Amino acid sequence: MNETAAIELKNVSKRFGSIQANDHVSLTLRKGEILSILGENGSGKTTLMNMLSGIYFPDEGEIFVNGKEVTIRSPKDSHALGIGMIHQHFKLIPILTAAQNIILGLPGPQRLDMKKIDANINALTKKYGFEMDPEQRIYDMSVSQKQTVEIVKVLYRGADILILDEPTAVLTPQETERLFDVLRNMKSAGKSIIIITHKLNEVMEISDRVAVLRKGKYIATVDTKDTDEMKLTEMMVGEKISLDIDRIPPVDPEKRIDVQHLTVRNHEGVYALQDVSFTANSGEILGVAGISGSGQKELLESIAGLQRIESGKIYYTPKDGKTVALDTMRARQIYALNIHLSFVPEDRLGMGLVGTMDITDNMMLRSYKNGNGPLTDRKAPRELAERVVDKLEVNTPGITTPIRNLSGGNVQKVLVGREIASSPAVLMMAYPVRGLDINSSFLIYHLLGEQKKRGCCVICVGEDLDVLLQLCDRILVLSEGTVAGVVDARTTTKETLGAMMTSGKHVQEGRKADV
Amino acid sequence: MNVIVMFIQQAIVQAITMLFGATGEIITEKSGNLNLGVPGIMYIGGISGLMGAFFYEKGSPSPSVAVGVFVSLLCCLAASALAGLLFTFLTVTLRANQNVVGLALTTFGTGFGNFFGGSISKLAGGVGQITVKTTASGFQARIPGLSNIPVIGTVLFGYGFLSYTAILLAIVCTYILKRTRVGLQLTAVGEDPATADAAGINVGRYKYAATVLGSMMAGLGGLYFIMEYLGGTWGNNGFGDRGWLAVALVILALWTPTHAIWGSILFGALYILYIYIPGLSRAAQELFRMAPYVVTIIVLVATSKRNRPEDQPPKSLGLSYFREDR
Repeated sequence: MNETAAIELKNVSKRFGSIQANDHVSLTLRKGEILSILGENGSGKTTLMNMLSGIYFPDEGEIFVNGKEVTIRSPKDSHALGIGMIHQHFKLIPILTAAQNIILGLPGPQRLDMKKIDANINALTKKYGFEMDPEQRIYDMSVSQKQTVEIVKVLYRGADILILDEPTAVLTPQETERLFDVLRNMKSAGKSIIIITHKLNEVMEISDRVAVLRKGKYIATVDTKDTDEMKLTEMMVGEKISLDIDRIPPVDPEKRIDVQHLTVRNHEGVYALQDVSFTANSGEILGVAGISGSGQKELLESIAGLQRIESGKIYYTPKDGKTVALDTMRARQIYALNIHLSFVPEDRLGMGLVGTMDITDNMMLRSYKNGNGPLTDRKAPRELAERVVDKLEVNTPGITTPIRNLSGGNVQKVLVGREIASSPAVLMMAYPVRGLDINSSFLIYHLLGEQKKRGCCVICVGEDLDVLLQLCDRILVLSEGTVAGVVDARTTTKETLGAMMTSGKHVQEGRKADV
Repeated sequence: MNVIVMFIQQAIVQAITMLFGATGEIITEKSGNLNLGVPGIMYIGGISGLMGAFFYEKGSPSPSVAVGVFVSLLCCLAASALAGLLFTFLTVTLRANQNVVGLALTTFGTGFGNFFGGSISKLAGGVGQITVKTTASGFQARIPGLSNIPVIGTVLFGYGFLSYTAILLAIVCTYILKRTRVGLQLTAVGEDPATADAAGINVGRYKYAATVLGSMMAGLGGLYFIMEYLGGTWGNNGFGDRGWLAVALVILALWTPTHAIWGSILFGALYILYIYIPGLSRAAQELFRMAPYVVTIIVLVATSKRNRPEDQPPKSLGLSYFREDR
């Protein structure tokens, strides 16, 4: 190759504590092409791009921009090199207009001549075929309009290398089409574009070449025209890894949770779940697989009574056999039925635990209503705290230590321990091992297995397909808010799961009919 | 007729202290800092200006008006800038809680004013004996000729130079906020410092500059009260509610200094209304004095309906910004 590449990464690595986010990744973006970066969650796509945009600094490796070796220490350095990144979370100020947001932080004359600035922006949007009113305020805009502002902002700053982090995640199919048209226009104007995604059909449609990452490692770059979705899936999920999780057959499975035609819209009015039906049984672990944001959170929250349901029914059949409908109940009543949800959010402390309180007090968050009179009962939670610390080997100076001072794994043990302690009939766990090391993860898998043995109905949302395949009995696969299928974890392969997760085609049709 | 002209003129006289305070506080709040130290800073600015003038007039055999005004302005601005700097250092650099620091600054400033007010009263020979006649005459000087026109002269020209400064300052600040790059970036800092930071704006610098400038304006409000309104003397706790009314005025003005001009006149009018209504009992007078606060509550209720997001307080108001918090 004679012409210099727009960006070339050589052996770039980045570690976060014990997690290797990027392991000697080498990658080339040619001038004037659209390169897709494909990978599962946690494969290091975003980390890699954040090193180009100056948010993270690589531990080792070299970065070349337009053939010259560069050091990117801050977003400013990145701007100066003509690299513009469009993040998943928009950095816009709602009360300002599009134009004001675009010129924010740029040098220029003190007096703002908005007419002239608007004209400049309009010239730019016209060139690439955007639709945008520079005088519209951000709070009046739809998600796709906000994204347009972000892209124009980057272009206005003179970027000729654009990185888009999952740009289509928030868009409708029509908006995605429009975005792709704009990207093609930019490509023919000579801009180089990286698009991070895990939607295979979009990869096939928009990109010239595809680079695949898996678990932080660079796998390969292939020309889009020489590959197909099946091959890409194989590259993405890789070979099966054996984990040796001790799995027993289901223990007297009985129907516990029965979800029928569940449909939920999120607060932006977009369907989070569409016509979802499945059953979950006692004495078995039902895994929920899917790309993040496919409706996992909404599904668990619907069962726990924390979501407004648009339509559909959720039934619960306890051991004594009297079926009740959960969808009309309040969260507190559902909790009283021994249906427990524990959700481990990305920041771990966001849901369910209070960082500044100690372990006993966090146990009390579930039991403060118990006991007589106005005084709370502190004895039971203290004993529970001691038991959890002892049994789950929580590494803490004592039960009076604020949770915030514990390490991530120990915080999670406290959270899981508290939910398990009351021997729930249905236990829902989302990302129970998020961010944990191997040993702590296995301890949690073991705890889930014990609950299953006890006859509990366990629903577990996970990220790692290897784990789900070896921990669960059945796996419910979600794809963009619909059920792509329920499979037997013992006989299914990772490739099948990967293909089901990324299919998303039937959904697109459903959505089109809706708009 | 005469009473109405008098009422309007007096309302405006009352308004100026609040207008200075409110304009300063708007600039401060636009950077995301909620400075509740405004009442204290008024005391600090007022007493510092008074002390400067007092010692100048005491030390000089034949004090001149211009030098007296200059010295008191300089002392007032320097002291209130220091107070603002203290607030910003604690809240921005050390990230202390803004409410706590602000309230402490008010308590401190009031004590500072009363302490030094008492001290120089003693030097002057007793309570109420401080006079800085020469300097005060400079602050109270009217435009000759124009101020003698009946009615118009009283309503439009019956004030010292600081009154016109206050109104001009409010207009200039509004222009800066709405029409200039600095204003746009200041707004961005107050709304979302992380976004402003990512856009390459130096968040700390904007917060420091806005808060210190805002404090200097509040200090000028204190100086106006001491020099022009009281004529260059000191009475302990003399500012009454004016400092807090200035903070309340920010809400009434919806964070736009030009709105604070008419807002402050309204507050000034409500503040003295009880004097002009004949035959009020003592209890009824007190009720009337609550009027500015009632108006503020009504405005709060009306604006919290969120009809226009632009009229809402800056999003990050009262929060400290730390880059590594993500």
